[in-house]
Amino acid sequence: MARTVLEVKDLKMYYFTSRGVVRAVDNVSFELKKGEVLGLAGESGCGKSSLGFTLMGMPTPPGKIVGGSVKIDGREIVGLPEDVLRREIRWQKISMIFQGAMNALNPVYTIGYQMIEPLIYHKGMEKEEALDRAMKYLELVGLSPEIVYRYPHELSGGMKQRVVIATALILEPEVVIADEPTTALDVVVQAQIINLMKKLKKELGLSMIFITHDLSILAEISDRVAIMYAGKIIEIGDSQKIYYEPAHPYTQKLLAAIPRLHEDVDKLEFIPGQPPNLIKPPSGCRFHPRCPYAMQVCREQEPELKEIDKDHYAACWLL
Amino acid sequence: MAEPILKVENLKKYFPIKRGLLGALRGEPPRFVRAVDGVSFEVHKQEVFALVGESGCGKTTTGKLVMKLLEPTDGKIYLEGKDVTELRTQEEIKAYRRRVQMIFQDPFSSLNPRFRIYDVLEEPLLIHGIGETRAEREELIYKALEMVKIVPPEDYVGRHPHMLSGGQRQRVAIARALILNPTFIVADEPVSMLDVSIRAEILELMKELKEKMGVTYLYITHDLSTARYFADYIAVMYLGRIVEMGPAKVVIDNPIHPYTRALLAAVPEPIPERRNIIKELPIRGEVPSAVNIPPGCRFHPRCIYMEKGLCDVKHPQLVEYEHNHWVECWLAGKI
Repeated sequence: MARTVLEVKDLKMYYFTSRGVVRAVDNVSFELKKGEVLGLAGESGCGKSSLGFTLMGMPTPPGKIVGGSVKIDGREIVGLPEDVLRREIRWQKISMIFQGAMNALNPVYTIGYQMIEPLIYHKGMEKEEALDRAMKYLELVGLSPEIVYRYPHELSGGMKQRVVIATALILEPEVVIADEPTTALDVVVQAQIINLMKKLKKELGLSMIFITHDLSILAEISDRVAIMYAGKIIEIGDSQKIYYEPAHPYTQKLLAAIPRLHEDVDKLEFIPGQPPNLIKPPSGCRFHPRCPYAMQVCREQEPELKEIDKDHYAACWLL
Repeated sequence: MAEPILKVENLKKYFPIKRGLLGALRGEPPRFVRAVDGVSFEVHKQEVFALVGESGCGKTTTGKLVMKLLEPTDGKIYLEGKDVTELRTQEEIKAYRRRVQMIFQDPFSSLNPRFRIYDVLEEPLLIHGIGETRAEREELIYKALEMVKIVPPEDYVGRHPHMLSGGQRQRVAIARALILNPTFIVADEPVSMLDVSIRAEILELMKELKEKMGVTYLYITHDLSTARYFADYIAVMYLGRIVEMGPAKVVIDNPIHPYTRALLAAVPEPIPERRNIIKELPIRGEVPSAVNIPPGCRFHPRCIYMEKGLCDVKHPQLVEYEHNHWVECWLAGKI
């Protein structure tokens, strides 16, 4: 059995805004094994990106980790001081491919300059040695090593995205978080990037959390899938089970809302209403105001995640 | 067959690239971005015609030409048999705009944040002088909101756009397009900014409006799955040309052009069994710039079936491969 590289337990991250406390990540628990890809999906505002940033130990202000634990390779990172996080954890143990990161490359520096910065800072490498390493990683992501001498504007969107992926991998982290790594890319380039990530997973045994709102892309790469709603994981398990035997009504509705390429669908389903305000989330099950099967107990008590099958958990009173 | 609502003939739009002074003095020839380069199609009443392609293929420019937001370099556009490119005077163009309306991609920026929903919907009525009294206009506004299921309308007319969700905003944008009772709607990526569940809701609404009110759409999208679901016809564009066109299901289930095949192979599908398989993408390289369009078939540098001496020399024409299914490829049927 593969070892656990990331263990998250009862994690809570709240945004302390002037209008109230937004419970963006509320009691989230899961594990990630070595070499596994966990897909994290949900509508905008469900807390999936907030969770990603929290795992990096850098919740966006005014966000704060309020409770719970995050263990990377057995080491607790919640509560570590910022300088330790920066020196020993971030990018070394866990790294992130940010949403729209390809547009975050600095236009006035060469690709090489931007890639070697972490190597010089974290590993104390000399410039030459670091450049060699950067070239090796560019080759790994299917680019020519010569690209170290280029500027971002000379590259296409897909090439920039590959550079960003190479940079996230360059310190050989245990866990990589990819936040919408293919949004804003054209469909052919998107498929090429997904292929690249599959290849890296296989060759490097990469453990990854793949965050996206698009369940079709998620199915292309995830071994396990977690569905988030209003700051909570409401269903998690083996991806085969999530896609073919979804247990939670929310998951069922999300899947029925996807138009299929080669199937005739008479009518797409949609979920009436909108995701709740996380300052004052609904009582009981947070999905109950939009759920077609809501019962009395759903309004009053919050369901816990429970095991309904081998490696398949859902939080719903119907189960 | 009935007269098409919209007929586009050999439409072209070239955007000039600025030459420097030095270039002009040296007598360098002016260069152009050939955004749309000879596009022809027809849309019939109550049909949805989808223009599909990657960014930069000219689909949005085609939509803007149809809207008369841009003047074509060459070619004709006919709306119900009348030549639109000949319209010159303000009044003629205004009358045209009343019959052709547009839905934009981003409902967060397409509604004026300072307007109440009432004002958003009243503006087109005032511009076109529809409804003489306030009461008349109010009735039209309420009816339009009910049509897009913003109910009860009296609860929403006083709100500002920021008080609505993304799906509601897009529905208001659709109501604004419908309130003039247009013959034709250009919808440019109307659902690509929306969440999955809301996307389904808006597609369902647009479909219902088509069936109930006989709306005809030009649906511009990069998403082949929604095109299959929503459109009757699909035209696949590449570098300013339509390379394949036909009934939606035929194009998707039986694609002939190598580019269409590559696009379809790239579409992600919610099928988890394939997660460990590296997908084969039958395409090479990246889209070239629309300034330096390759000679011969413009897809040949990326095509895996390319035949030397033919594809890289002679430009293929869009021909009817089978009934109603058009393909622009020298090797159609042979690969």
